[in-house]
Amino acid sequence: MPDVRAIDYAGSERLTMNMGPQHPSAHGVFRAILTLEGETVVGVDAVIGYLHRCHEKLAETLAYVQYPTIASKTDYVAAMSSELAYVMAAEQIAKVEVPKRAQYLRVLVGELQRIASHCLWLGTWCMDMGGALGGGATIFLYCIRERELVLDLFEALVGARLLYGFHQVGGVRYDLPEGWTDLCRRTIDLIDSRVDEYEHMLADNPFFDMRTKGVGVISRELAQDVGISGPLLRGSGVDFDLRRAYPYSSYEDFEFRVPVETAGDCYARYHVRMVEFRQSARIVRQVLDGLPEGPISSRPGVKSLAQVKVPKGEAYARVEGPRGEVGCYLVADGSNKPYRMKWRGASFSNLSVLPHILVGASVADVVAIMGSVDPVFGEVDR
Amino acid sequence: MTPERARELLATVAGVTVAATPTAPIVAQVLTEHWLDAARYVKATLGCTYFSFLTAIDWKADGLEIVVWVDNLDAKLSVQLRTRLGADQTTCASIVPVYRGANWMERECFDMFGVQFVGHPDPRRILLADDWQGHPLLKSYAVDTPHPPYR
Repeated sequence: MPDVRAIDYAGSERLTMNMGPQHPSAHGVFRAILTLEGETVVGVDAVIGYLHRCHEKLAETLAYVQYPTIASKTDYVAAMSSELAYVMAAEQIAKVEVPKRAQYLRVLVGELQRIASHCLWLGTWCMDMGGALGGGATIFLYCIRERELVLDLFEALVGARLLYGFHQVGGVRYDLPEGWTDLCRRTIDLIDSRVDEYEHMLADNPFFDMRTKGVGVISRELAQDVGISGPLLRGSGVDFDLRRAYPYSSYEDFEFRVPVETAGDCYARYHVRMVEFRQSARIVRQVLDGLPEGPISSRPGVKSLAQVKVPKGEAYARVEGPRGEVGCYLVADGSNKPYRMKWRGASFSNLSVLPHILVGASVADVVAIMGSVDPVFGEVDR
Repeated sequence: MTPERARELLATVAGVTVAATPTAPIVAQVLTEHWLDAARYVKATLGCTYFSFLTAIDWKADGLEIVVWVDNLDAKLSVQLRTRLGADQTTCASIVPVYRGANWMERECFDMFGVQFVGHPDPRRILLADDWQGHPLLKSYAVDTPHPPYR
């Protein structure tokens, strides 16, 4: 550790400040060692790993039928997408067919998950930026209220609210219970109207504009070089969405718009996510309208650990999660466990852009920028 | 840039072998001494400016293999660069000068596999504590390996 205070010869003081590991705006355990000159950040050392559980080693010891439930614990705010990445990788190697109904159900939960995750992001981000936004906690409480509705849907579907174990190799484990479709339609309509309310609260709010416009700009070139993805990438002017570029799980059947903003600042990322709210709702409606009948899995329910054997080979499955590209690189050796599994966490790559964009920002901006990146530390540290 | 053209071009690069049958992604086996040059070529000539991930695989007696996945988002072209470090070899050139995203990924790779990336600007552990002993994702590292108590 350098000295807490070092005085340079120009007479200005440099202050080293630990932001975290327990800072409320980090939404997890993250420590940024900031070097400050006055209010301005001149150096950043990001310290991660506090939540490391060695998922990749764990995956080598667990069978293909066991790990999907654990996979949801990487990105616990969007458990559906990380599970999906893992089972898709195994399905690619083993060439397992997934019934159409299961594919649609995967899209359905994936998009509901995106809505729930964006609710959490918007609420916490606005609360981080504090009193400027009409009391700060107001939007947070509204967003959590709506997120609960989506979690209610998940609870009715799988019995769990946060970590689901919904996907399995070959399909999904649960079919829609009776009355679920109507409930889902009502929830989506409600949330759609509430998103208008959020936007109305934030639109033309001078404090919100000041804190987000021109703050934390990520250039198009830097975005690709670092490999950020999802709303961050699209906020930086790159028109790329895995659901459209490499459609998986029947995404080609649905119509949706991929929002792109060129400014690359916090406001651009905010705007991209607000459009995604509505596009996800649109996809959910299309799934409910066109849901085909049929089996929900090409494989029987899990009865033994040796049930799923994957031949020798490797695959990289990537899924457009709420935070971007969730990738699972799987190397199989022919047994019922992977030889090697690598998580490409969207949050990990997104967070690694921070040292590039925080320099020059003020301390208060660090909070706004970090929130706009929307990291989930379970996925950063894995 | 089409995948066919990219395959042709890659096959002409020194130290690079491309599989005879077309695959998606294009898999290029690179000799370790040409690693950095191959990365430069893929970014500059094939337009693979998007860095997805870097990782390693421990093939036990055959040593470590480094795997990198990069994309050309506009042309929907994915390239996988792979290099075998050889038995008991743990050094490899860092590609941070080419892709800044490799910075944290290479640190993680060092943390988990003990690969020394020559030319890395900040070669520290990233996920594990600084005083951790060993590299957990090596096959020789048992899950129940005892570790010193936390400080």
